[in-house]
Amino acid sequence: MKRSVALALLSIGIALYCLVPFLWFVLTSLKSAAELTAIPPILIPSFHLGFYQSALEKYGLLHYIVNSVIVAGTATLITIVIGSLAAYAMTRFYLGWTNIYLLILLAISMFPQIATAGPVWSILDRLNWLNTYQGLVAAYIALTLPLAIWILTTFFREVPREIEEAALIDGCSRFQSLYKVILPLAAPGILTAALLVFIYAWNEFFFALIIMTDPSVQTLPVGIALFPGEYTMPWGEIAAASTLATIPLIVLTLIFQRGIVRGLCAGAVKG
Amino acid sequence: MKGSHRTALLFLLPSFIFVAVFSLFPILESFRLSFYRLILTLPWLGQKMVGWQNYVDLAEDPVAMESLVTTLIFVGVTIPLELLLGLGIALVLNDVFHGRGLLRAVVLIPWAIPTVVSSQMWRFIFNDRYGLINFIFFGGDVSRYLAPLADPHLALVAIMAAEIWKTTPFAALILLAGLQGIPDDLYEAASIDGATAWQKFRHVTVPLIRPALLLALLFRTIDSLRVFDLVFVTTQGGPADKTNVLQFYGYKKTFAEGMVGYGSAIAVAVFSMSLVFSLAYLHFLKSSRQEGMAK
Repeated sequence: MKRSVALALLSIGIALYCLVPFLWFVLTSLKSAAELTAIPPILIPSFHLGFYQSALEKYGLLHYIVNSVIVAGTATLITIVIGSLAAYAMTRFYLGWTNIYLLILLAISMFPQIATAGPVWSILDRLNWLNTYQGLVAAYIALTLPLAIWILTTFFREVPREIEEAALIDGCSRFQSLYKVILPLAAPGILTAALLVFIYAWNEFFFALIIMTDPSVQTLPVGIALFPGEYTMPWGEIAAASTLATIPLIVLTLIFQRGIVRGLCAGAVKG
Repeated sequence: MKGSHRTALLFLLPSFIFVAVFSLFPILESFRLSFYRLILTLPWLGQKMVGWQNYVDLAEDPVAMESLVTTLIFVGVTIPLELLLGLGIALVLNDVFHGRGLLRAVVLIPWAIPTVVSSQMWRFIFNDRYGLINFIFFGGDVSRYLAPLADPHLALVAIMAAEIWKTTPFAALILLAGLQGIPDDLYEAASIDGATAWQKFRHVTVPLIRPALLLALLFRTIDSLRVFDLVFVTTQGGPADKTNVLQFYGYKKTFAEGMVGYGSAIAVAVFSMSLVFSLAYLHFLKSSRQEGMAK
């Protein structure tokens, strides 16, 4: 009995630790300007939407959201297509060096961003792709491919070979067998990989900062990090933008938590 | 069989291209540039081979050395605390029956929040006027309010606290996976032998969680060595370079000051440090896989 009470208290403690700081920021976004600066701080706001309105109208928040959706969405789509092709080849053909390629990919995913950032910037500059969607998308595809291929190979391996061999005997080409047999059977794995790639691309800051210097193409993290404040920081608007940038991720995480945990562990633990 | 090999290469080709152009070539190019003097703001100097000069300058640059120390303190303090807290959370998650799924989802929230957002959030919590931390410590007594992020003694502590909050859940999830891999019969056998809860933890959990702990340690260390977003948003490396971690310094030199050659030397230094841990990580994955096969 004592044990279960202790566990319950510890669980509540953990939940508060994880929730309170962000909840405080969300509540801040729902305050009025007067409530924001009140001392002592006001716990329950008046659920005023003024900061959201001002973030959207004065600071062009919608623009950053649209840019983020375009960049993260496109990058996810292309990464998953390229990653599925690669993972298929690595799990269904008897290649001797698949493990070496997987290790190279893993090593790449551990590079500090600064180690490649300068030359990536120069390449995009030469292509005239700085401050374009395709420039950032290309960088994100390269950044997220290791993660995607690792997760996808883990899931593709679980599809029994016999099923695919039957399809090949029935006259399917390799490509047909990939998208008619493997993809439907490995759909949960593909969804997991897509989610993790999307979250990564949605949150990425370093490359977005150096590639997108023109505010009209900047993504949400850059917009939130560089929020303009002349004399005082517009905390209400920053909190509103932060809330809008985070809510979709929290919703996705809550819905797909089982798959995400499994995907994270496939990327980090299983090997 | 040859034809099928060609098909396989065709399937792999798009991934090769992206990896080669945007990861492998850039890392080699960074190595090459670190031996050149190339300053974007002084284009007339051109690109001149200077041998090891950038590295000599780096070793003699007091800001760089302080930056190295700051990074090592940051990693050395946050990682042990994250693992300890993460292990605590993992132990609770592993034991809870009612609402385990819900609690695990809640634990994922700090992980899912964009780092830029959590950094702004902590910047607000540490704010010198409206920050929650000041109110908790000093109540309504505004005259005693501190500005932790602008205080040379407190800034690093403050950003380390923000980092620990954000990254502990990830450590907890890896450790939870490790805990769930420990067979129940080991605990039952220990109970039959009359072991106390502490003895079970000490002699069953600790030895068997070691691989997961080492894995989380390496994985988190590699990530922590490249801390950037948090510093960019909260302190910009200040006050007085007290939070000027290596990756931020490299960014500043390369992209703000245009010192591409010198910035590349910093990049190579950061890369080499993280490579040591990456190789340890790969070695560990390989040896644990062989162990798994032996079983």
